[in-house]
Amino acid sequence: MATDPYLSVKALTKYIKKKFDADPHLRDVYVKGELSNVKIHTSGHIYFTLKDNSARLPAVMFSANARTVKFKPESGMTVLIRGDVTVYEASGQYQLYAQSMQADGIGDYYLAFEQLKEKLAAEGLFNAVHKKPFPRFPRKIAVVTAPTGAAVRDICITLHRRYPLAKIVIYPTLVQGAQAVQSIVQSIQAANKSDYDVMIVGRGGGSIEDLWAFNEEAVARAIFQSRIPVISAVGHETDTTIADFVADLRAATPTAAAELAVPSKAELLERLLSYQTAMYRMASNTITKDKTALNRVTSSMPFAYPDRLYRPFIERVERATDSLQREVIQNYRRSRERHANIEKQLASRSPINSIKQSSVDLEHLQKRLDGLISQSLKNRSQQLSSAMRTLDALSPLKIMDRGYTIAYKGSQVVKSVAQIEEGEKLTIAMKDGSLSATVTERNAF
Amino acid sequence: MAEKEIMFNQAMEQLEEIVRQLEQGDVPLEEALTLYQKGMELSKVCHDKLQNAEKQLVTMMKDGKEVSVDIETDGTAK
Repeated sequence: MATDPYLSVKALTKYIKKKFDADPHLRDVYVKGELSNVKIHTSGHIYFTLKDNSARLPAVMFSANARTVKFKPESGMTVLIRGDVTVYEASGQYQLYAQSMQADGIGDYYLAFEQLKEKLAAEGLFNAVHKKPFPRFPRKIAVVTAPTGAAVRDICITLHRRYPLAKIVIYPTLVQGAQAVQSIVQSIQAANKSDYDVMIVGRGGGSIEDLWAFNEEAVARAIFQSRIPVISAVGHETDTTIADFVADLRAATPTAAAELAVPSKAELLERLLSYQTAMYRMASNTITKDKTALNRVTSSMPFAYPDRLYRPFIERVERATDSLQREVIQNYRRSRERHANIEKQLASRSPINSIKQSSVDLEHLQKRLDGLISQSLKNRSQQLSSAMRTLDALSPLKIMDRGYTIAYKGSQVVKSVAQIEEGEKLTIAMKDGSLSATVTERNAF
Repeated sequence: MAEKEIMFNQAMEQLEEIVRQLEQGDVPLEEALTLYQKGMELSKVCHDKLQNAEKQLVTMMKDGKEVSVDIETDGTAK
């Protein structure tokens, strides 16, 4: 096969690639051009074309390098690129492998800052509605900053001077360099695991590169997601970072952040004094007010003339007592009368009376009876005497004296001849005896 | 102060509530005096806490643990 004059595509391409790679002019090339067809892959690699008026150069920037680009590459930007030109064998293309990219004209940082600011503003991260309120008297304060240096000292000294009651916990954080973003984000998230009332995130002054971590999206998002209200304090008065925009409160300096985080002891002591004065005054007012009211009451009619208060009651009691007495007496009288009546009635119904009456009646009756009896006896004796006299006068004996007899038929007095038949026996009574006779003859007249 | 120690912010908030109540001026005398007394106690508590605050507790997180720090010098953990 060594005599075969034909090369494989692979071999030829490899040769070309070697040529490129061996050329020092294609190593560490500085090239300026306009970006177009920018595609940022999910892996973080950036594919783009660098062009000018008359030429185009395909380019790629791998994610490790792309991370160092401060701004977001966009088509139309003029950029300064440093990299190597080499061949990509698989597609038979030469490509610019960019190691760094900077914006031409305006600074990278400025561009990146403006881009992120615009993006986060559009998302609403800076809106006032998201700003969390700060407690007036924080008990625990998280300080996310470098563990040494002016910033942490300024913060601690100011907090101590103003409000020594709060507990301060420092989260040692890298605030510049490649690891800063990750370190700041981690500290913010770690502090959010505890119950802090306030968090101060920041650092002292420095160059824009020194402060740059506070313009990174990850830091902005960590601040935005913090449950704990955040005071940002990055650099000096004039430095403004994305962290400042997204924080709940922005302080010009670390010292200012500490002043915003806590109330002032001196002011509080003053306020306490004014509270005491106010409370004393208000309590006094209450007492005075009540005293006045009491005086008004004690000098009022019922207190001045208390008898007026109970006089009507006394009158009522007296009237009531009077009528009660009257009532009682009347009642007594009525009862007594009733009692007398009843006694009378009782007495009148008493058997003694009827006994008396009866005995009177009896006597009376007896008298009458006696009278009547004796009268009647008298009458009878008179009647008897007169009857006896009459009888005597009428006595047949007397008649018989004169010679008359009485003829009996048996015991029957014979008054007519018709009663007697001839031959019947008769008894003839006479004054001094009787005679038995037989009728021999009857003669009627 | 008898039961468990009251926090400064609680004492301050209670005190301000008492001042608010007293300001309304329609509190009965006994209650006003009780409030006044309580307010003065709270005020004293706040005052004492502020005045006698011992050295501020400053710690630093080291491997998830809090370590004491002396801030008077340079804020370096000891």
